Amino acid sequence: MRVNLTVNGERRRADDVWEGESLLYVLRERLGLPGSKNACEQGECGSCTVYLDDVPACACLVAAGQAEGREVRTVEGLADGDALDPVQQSFVDAGAVQCGFCTPGLVVAAHDLLRREPDPSDEEIREALAGNLCRCTGYEKILDAVHSAAGAR
Amino acid sequence: MTRSIERVAAVGTAPERVDGRAKVAGKAPYAYEHPVERPAYAHPIQATIAAGRVRGIDTARALAVDGVHTVLTPDNAPPLRRGQDAELEILQAPDVAFRGQIIGCVVADTPEAARHAADLVAVDYERRDHDVTLASDRPDLYRPGEVSHEADTEDGDVDAALAGAAARVEAEYRTARNHNNPLEPHTTVAVWDADGLTLYDSTQGVHSLRSAVAEVFDLDESRIRVLAPYVGGGFGSKGTAHAHVVLAALAAKRMSGRPVKLALTRQQTFTLAGYRTPTVQRVALGADTDGRIDALAVDVVEQTSRVKAFAEQTALPSRTMYAAPHRRTTHRMAALDVPVTSWMRAPGVCPGMFGPEVAMDELAERCGLDPIELRLRNEPDRDPETGKPYSTRNLAECLRGGARRFGWDARPAAPRQTRQGEWWIGTGVASSTYPVHHAPGSAARIERRADGRYHVGVGAVDIGTGAWTVLGQIAADALGVDREDVVVTVGDTALPFASVAGGSSGTTNWGSAIVAAAHGFRARFGDDDPPAGSEHTESAPENPDTERFAMHAFGAQFAEVHVSADTGEIRVPRLLGVFAAGRIVNPRLARSQFLGGMTMGLSMALHEEGVMDERLGMVVNHDLAEYHVATNADVPSVEAEWIDEHDPHVNPMGTKGIGEIGIVGTAAAVANAAYHATGVRVRELPVTADRFLTA
Ligand code: FES
Ligand code: FES
Repeated sequence: MRVNLTVNGERRRADDVWEGESLLYVLRERLGLPGSKNACEQGECGSCTVYLDDVPACACLVAAGQAEGREVRTVEGLADGDALDPVQQSFVDAGAVQCGFCTPGLVVAAHDLLRREPDPSDEEIREALAGNLCRCTGYEKILDAVHSAAGAR
Repeated sequence: MTRSIERVAAVGTAPERVDGRAKVAGKAPYAYEHPVERPAYAHPIQATIAAGRVRGIDTARALAVDGVHTVLTPDNAPPLRRGQDAELEILQAPDVAFRGQIIGCVVADTPEAARHAADLVAVDYERRDHDVTLASDRPDLYRPGEVSHEADTEDGDVDAALAGAAARVEAEYRTARNHNNPLEPHTTVAVWDADGLTLYDSTQGVHSLRSAVAEVFDLDESRIRVLAPYVGGGFGSKGTAHAHVVLAALAAKRMSGRPVKLALTRQQTFTLAGYRTPTVQRVALGADTDGRIDALAVDVVEQTSRVKAFAEQTALPSRTMYAAPHRRTTHRMAALDVPVTSWMRAPGVCPGMFGPEVAMDELAERCGLDPIELRLRNEPDRDPETGKPYSTRNLAECLRGGARRFGWDARPAAPRQTRQGEWWIGTGVASSTYPVHHAPGSAARIERRADGRYHVGVGAVDIGTGAWTVLGQIAADALGVDREDVVVTVGDTALPFASVAGGSSGTTNWGSAIVAAAHGFRARFGDDDPPAGSEHTESAPENPDTERFAMHAFGAQFAEVHVSADTGEIRVPRLLGVFAAGRIVNPRLARSQFLGGMTMGLSMALHEEGVMDERLGMVVNHDLAEYHVATNADVPSVEAEWIDEHDPHVNPMGTKGIGEIGIVGTAAAVANAAYHATGVRVRELPVTADRFLTA
């Protein structure tokens, strides 16, 4: 099948998509956007988090066909050219990035949290990001990064 | 003594990681993401029995699937050189040694087609009864021979000393089967062309992976190139080559020229990427009335696969932790029909500091001593194992400093004293340690280029540790230039040889090579402004001090634990680790390493257990939904500190390695705190709610 969608503001088309394919696969393998990661492909780790019509979703759980006609924003679409989004910059500054594999999903999830709650408490951050696993950092610095991004916005 | 870097300017500062921007922008290419022309996709076929052999494989239905090119099986796979590493010698024989073992592979135009077709392959097995049960009374336990350290050690007369001890602890402790679970699953992209084989791989060591692949394909190393600029964590599971790498290369060979991509699913990583063996640790401590340990014994039982022997060095840390005239350590293994055990963060040391450090807590209580005081009384002046002096040993400072910071003194001595509402509250401590490993042979190349900068190349791998960044800091100081004038390249066998990113030894080995190369560069080209094109490559020299001194990092781990009196639920609101790990090159990155290690230790303490279904011979909770790792909401406050330790002997930088020590001792501190909270002694990991409900 053919899937038409808007990705990071651009109209995109994917051909010969198999019905069982995930949005994550379409993004990574067909549209050249490997920023969203595949770490479990069954909704457990959050590393594939993208905005789907402005709502964060695990792209590995979204069937490609469900994205037809919709708007997707991935981690690649957060920065403005070379200028990182404040959330991205805070992750670098706080030392919240190590191997970086969880990072794209976390950045999108944190970005979403700050849109809904500009000044979240520790508990709100931990709860909001509890679906994004990180095996490297121990989460402390991620918390710091979200707080400092909140301050920078 | 080693020749140190003369000037410390960039080292000790906290620049952001050089790979940070690319990673937050989603632009850092991990192995699977290297663009290749028209890739085909491989999906492994795995054995669904735990022991026996494949009698026949029917691939007809798989081959009929649209887009499927080929199905590799033991009947048609290209030959490999055998006799070196049986884990890697796949598809060469019909035998099945564990459930999940690779017995074939589908190659197709899309990963979905490959996966679907793999399900359609019908396998006829000849089954044998499998045996996957580890027990300390198995009659077939054997003493491992071919390991890096002696399996057994003995000094004095432990049994007599134990019999005469005024205070004694003798108990059995168990750690669970743990799975590394780096966030990036293991992936390989394999490309054959006229020159040979190129692998984009999620590996901790490009050169070590190349050697392993060269061996099994009987190829000259010069015909293989391995690239790994970005790796999504490893924790040991990417430290040695695993079978899927060979499978990808075999598949690509069969596809004559077309690149093949292979990504293990999360589930597959539970059987194909190594894991930490469960351990049974019989610990005996005997002390006099003042708490001075007279006898210490640690007898370990653990498992290995039948395919390949791997001996977890679980008793290792007990050989160096505390003074005791009578000492014994042993390792015994059971060879089972299970997947290959391998490295996981702080192999040996991490599980091996659980039993003994809980036993220390028990001994403290028996002697009527504070657990910190007990440890201080048993500080050795020299390494008890080798008799050598320590290059530096600052465990006492870590314990004392940590106690102050944690507010340890306010704690009641007896357990089960503090209750707030439904919660019993307690605190616990444990020591931590990790050896300073040296691996020979790493080299670095330094080149002044027309851009005016010094380009430093070393075949190291940054798996998230921050190596990329700290190597630049070290190079800047060794060359006597600003950090901005240095460009580091890593992750490619086209660069000078580098040891694997493991054993917390990366900075030691690669940093030493960079310092040597910088000194050589300056000796050849002078101190000021060498012309573009000036280039020098040098290896790290041997460090004679490694023969004269025992070299270890130390630390102290503190935990506060709350246990619900009603449900047994256990929460850990506070962890503090204080470490003495030599010079800290980059505090910003180092803190994340310590905190990440401690959090993985917390995860080991409370959650992580691969549950073996003995009837099926498989780990049933083989995904992140059921194999729990600590999430953000599990980790309220984790703090890591370090003392300013100067060690002139370890290497020119004075660093000891920090990637692993953070996970060591955490689980014991948590279990000790849980005892202090409730009076229930848990000697088996993970520490789960049910353990408190029988009390
Ligand atoms: S890859 Fe989608 S949640 Fe893990
Ligand atoms: S930085 Fe490695 S998993 Fe989060």
